[in-house]
Amino acid sequence: MLAYIIRRLWQMLPTMAGVIVLVFLLFNWVGGDPSYLLAGKMADEAAIANIRAQLGIDQPVYVQLGIFLKQIASFDFGNAWSTGEPVSHIIASRLGPSLTVLVPLTLLETFFGIALALAIAFVRGSLTDRAVMVACTVGMSISILVYIIVFQYFFAYKLGLFPVQGWGESLGENLLRYALLPIIIGLAVSIAPTLRLYRSFVLDEVHQDYVRTARAKGLSERRIVWVHVLRNAAIPIITHVMANLPALLIGAFLLERFFGIPGIGREVILAVERSDFPVIKAITVYVAAATMVFNLLADLLYGAVDPRVQLK
Amino acid sequence: MHGNMIKRESISPGLWTLAWRRLRADRVAMAALAVVGAFLLLLVLSASGLAAGDWEDEVAVNYAPPGFMGPDAATAALARPQAPVPPNAFDPLAAELDVLKAEVRATHPPHAKALTLPFGADKWGHDILKKTVKGGETSIVVGLVAAFVAVGLGTLFGALSGFFGGVVDDLFNWFYSIFTSIPSILMILTVAAVLQQKGVMTIVLILGLTGWTGPYRLIRAEYIKHKAREYVMAADAIGASNWRKMFSHIFPNVSHVALVQLSILVVGFIKAEVILSFLGFGVPVGTVSWGSMLNEAQNELILGKWWQLAAAAGAMALLVTAFSLFTDALRDALDPKLK
Repeated sequence: MLAYIIRRLWQMLPTMAGVIVLVFLLFNWVGGDPSYLLAGKMADEAAIANIRAQLGIDQPVYVQLGIFLKQIASFDFGNAWSTGEPVSHIIASRLGPSLTVLVPLTLLETFFGIALALAIAFVRGSLTDRAVMVACTVGMSISILVYIIVFQYFFAYKLGLFPVQGWGESLGENLLRYALLPIIIGLAVSIAPTLRLYRSFVLDEVHQDYVRTARAKGLSERRIVWVHVLRNAAIPIITHVMANLPALLIGAFLLERFFGIPGIGREVILAVERSDFPVIKAITVYVAAATMVFNLLADLLYGAVDPRVQLK
Repeated sequence: MHGNMIKRESISPGLWTLAWRRLRADRVAMAALAVVGAFLLLLVLSASGLAAGDWEDEVAVNYAPPGFMGPDAATAALARPQAPVPPNAFDPLAAELDVLKAEVRATHPPHAKALTLPFGADKWGHDILKKTVKGGETSIVVGLVAAFVAVGLGTLFGALSGFFGGVVDDLFNWFYSIFTSIPSILMILTVAAVLQQKGVMTIVLILGLTGWTGPYRLIRAEYIKHKAREYVMAADAIGASNWRKMFSHIFPNVSHVALVQLSILVVGFIKAEVILSFLGFGVPVGTVSWGSMLNEAQNELILGKWWQLAAAAGAMALLVTAFSLFTDALRDALDPKLK
């Protein structure tokens, strides 16, 4: 087990190196020289040279890459260009609000996705099944923007059931007051694709031999689906949830933007708007690392869910 | 169906003939294809200037409501001609201004602005229906071209990787693992931040250059499967070059995978373009797309002017639903094993 983890971590190194080089090339080569931007409107030669020296972009490329590697290794990406706030502080303080929305959202989405997919599997091939699938296709076709705009207008602005925007100090207040409508919208947006996907996972299992065996020995359909099928369908579901978690951190940026939640996704949007390269660089590197780690965690979870899976 | 089985065909039907037959039997797929076809027709008409070329004319009063709602008392007041400003005896430019005003009146005669339009008007009095057609042109063209770029790159990389294997395969797999470890939306935003210039071309490049990973994986698997088949060995025996084997011999046999990927990506990219343009990282100012319409509509909704939102959202939902249903049917028709 430990040997497996070490080998997997070892295999991540070339990928991580590639991500670092890609991000470096994008920002230092495609992105061009930011010193004119930073020096402001009344820039003179000396000020620009000074900024270039501070950022290290007057150095050869390999020295610049070395600076970037040092930043990654020390978890210190310097200060944000637009606000001067240390990038490490930005990320640490924005993670909490993001997770306040994402953890409940992921739990609810997975729970409802599994429950509905299994319920639909009972009536597979029926008119209900087909109607639900068409409804899912239509639901997926409506832009997430429309869900957010309409829900925010109707439930928060018109009916006043939720605050239109805002974020508080305490976790309880945030979770029960400010994060509630974003979570509901996130659920409304994600339930259609999730249900479609999980239904296909479940339907892959219901034709297997073990299901026929279970039926032959007289188990109830309910027990077959909820115990036998669910445990086997759990593997692709775990992959899906784990692989999506880091992407969701960024993917919730629209929710965070509309509802004024000071999270990671909103920070990325602000950084892109302000050309704040250090913030985007840091978030990209961290999210890529998180994606790889979560993929490893998903593989480790397989072993826990399914004793047949041998991690070598 | 039974009749077909009995009738012996002199030439056995190919993959595409069979797929088309299966598709034609599917009524949902044909309805979806009709809707997609109608959108593409509108796109061609609008791109050639035959339809919605005059969408920028201010034909109605600001925020004119849709015809079925009747004129709005508040906006109707805007349609009345403005009372002339009383002459100012101290204005030193009065004589010159009068000349200019007369000139403007002669070249641009004031035309009556409509109080209602079939589906209302936006802030400047543009016809929403025409604006939706024009916005659809941008969104669909971006989706189509970006999907072609992404599938083209994915096919090229997948073909090289699967056909040659070895070091080439390792190299492209390394690229693949790099691109998939950065979530696509973050990748898109990062490239948008770096490129710093808005334009339809930029957004096509952003989406195309970041979207090749899905087609790559599938095409690579197909090439690994096909390169050992007998027809490829036969091509090898008659001295076909690697390039010829890859693209004249193998590609026609795996092109259905590329086609399905293409239609999946078109849907994804239309949605992505709408979000990017909404955020202001997409189409430039002055170009209308469904995303920029939604951006305007967000503020209009608070004023109670819902029609622009409904038009853009409805048109997009209709197209994407039809395209998705058609894609599902196309996949089933091209790969009957999947069912």
